[in-house]
Amino acid sequence: MPDSNKRAPMKFEKGVFSMSAPGKRSPGGLAKKIQESFFSREIYRGYASVVTLLILWEAGAKLGMPIIKNIPPLTSVLDAFRQVIFDSSYWGSWGTSFNRICIGYIAAQIIGIPLGLLMGTSRFFREMTLPVFEVLRPIPPLAWVPAAAIFWPTREISIIFVTFLGAFFVLILDIVGGARAIDPRYIRAATSLGSRRKDILWRIVFPATLPSIIVGMTVGIGVAWNTVVAAEMIASRSGLGFMTWRSYVTLSYPLIVVGMISIGIADCISSGIIRFLGARITPWLRTDMPANVL
Amino acid sequence: MRIENVRKTYGLEPWVKVVLDDCSFVIENRKLTVVIGPSGCGKSTLIDVLAGYEKPDSGKVLVDGRPVRGPGPDRLVVFQETALFPWMTTFANVSYGPMVRQEMDKKELRGETMKLLKLVGLEAFADKYPCQLSGGMVRRAELVRALINRPKVMLMDEPFRGLDAMTRALMQEYYLRLFEARPGTNLFVTSEIEEAIFLADRLIIMSNRPTRIRKIMNIDLQRPREFKILTSKEYLRYKGEALDILYDEAMKDFHSGMKVANVDFLEACSQAGKDF
Repeated sequence: MPDSNKRAPMKFEKGVFSMSAPGKRSPGGLAKKIQESFFSREIYRGYASVVTLLILWEAGAKLGMPIIKNIPPLTSVLDAFRQVIFDSSYWGSWGTSFNRICIGYIAAQIIGIPLGLLMGTSRFFREMTLPVFEVLRPIPPLAWVPAAAIFWPTREISIIFVTFLGAFFVLILDIVGGARAIDPRYIRAATSLGSRRKDILWRIVFPATLPSIIVGMTVGIGVAWNTVVAAEMIASRSGLGFMTWRSYVTLSYPLIVVGMISIGIADCISSGIIRFLGARITPWLRTDMPANVL
Repeated sequence: MRIENVRKTYGLEPWVKVVLDDCSFVIENRKLTVVIGPSGCGKSTLIDVLAGYEKPDSGKVLVDGRPVRGPGPDRLVVFQETALFPWMTTFANVSYGPMVRQEMDKKELRGETMKLLKLVGLEAFADKYPCQLSGGMVRRAELVRALINRPKVMLMDEPFRGLDAMTRALMQEYYLRLFEARPGTNLFVTSEIEEAIFLADRLIIMSNRPTRIRKIMNIDLQRPREFKILTSKEYLRYKGEALDILYDEAMKDFHSGMKVANVDFLEACSQAGKDF
């Protein structure tokens, strides 16, 4: 083909593990995706159901329905939101919680991913470490809070530690499961083709386990948020969890709901980022790619 | 490539299961050797032993007179269910072998890969992932993934299994074209009698477990093979002969009560009924 001489040389694109032949990117831009996410018919149904929920909430509280009337009505929550947005301590809480999440979660990934891969691929290593792991894992991260408060020098570190544990165990579990489930024929094919040990590790085992790693990361961020919020309620004087708890104690009930919604949004944002990154590194798992028929 | 007196068992004494028992044959160069046998008779084990993934309990496996010590790029396998790496594009998959052995520089490798992809009609799909390709395309890609390494021996383990009849026929054609263009030492394992005779120069019929070589037939049909030979007299004669043997094997196991053989027995019966 005379054309091929004019195209750019091979480079890494479309994900880390493919050598890409010169060619077009798959069609469908960002605008189309946004349109599908926010303006399609399915989403309108979603909007409708959420709006109905809000209406029921407001109506129920104002009209004095049996239990709903104890909940702060939508309007007072919105009021509280309006006030709190200009309060710097509110955003400070966001920052503190996010900070704890970032350090704890990222530490869990940095330690957990290599450890998980090692445990998944080396039988010797797994047999040595898995029993210890399985003994510690059933202990809920929150149960660690008092112990952590004792042996770590500062409260902050103990909260970060507990957050770390939450994300860590989930991650290891998923990675080990994924690594052990790799189809041995991939390894056999790669070995026959002449791969060395490090080729098998980096070009076969790692990408094959990547989906499990990403699942572990996605679940991990949810668990991390659960843990951090509760740990803040129990053992801290800062953060979104603490803010929510304090609103209860100081009888500022609309602020409780503000806190809840804020935590929900924060979790949503972090999960979204992880999922987005995950989808970017695993282009071969995307289901929106057009299939080809012979 | 030759194997001599190979025996392979699984399990511990005294519940040992003998899968291959005293198998010996030669895979000649420039001839397509096809192995056929009932399902479960150890054909995949045979491939494993030839490829070097498993060591036989006794007997020898030799390539060019030298014993096989383990898997290597001189003996490449095309597997039953595809083993194309799902996380790499077609292009990356096909160029994997030479890349990992660092045999060619980038430009040469790119040229060679695209040439082979063009040969099997996949050049437009070089950038796609296996999940975007249909069954036949995936098998074609796997074929060239092996071929690009110019292996001494190609071992095909029922590679077209699970494809629909039309795709299968096309794949057989592709494969034959590739083989006839670059004849090497090829072993093709299948459980489809029609496919076996259509492709083979030499047909090896295996018995049921414990698996031995039941018979070796020379198929002297003209090359290049075309689909019209499927109704020729010689073809049907070969097919009748092979079916007789397979039927015989199936009856033996039917009487000894193996469930697997029943399926083959019924299949062989219905095919025999159709033709005779």
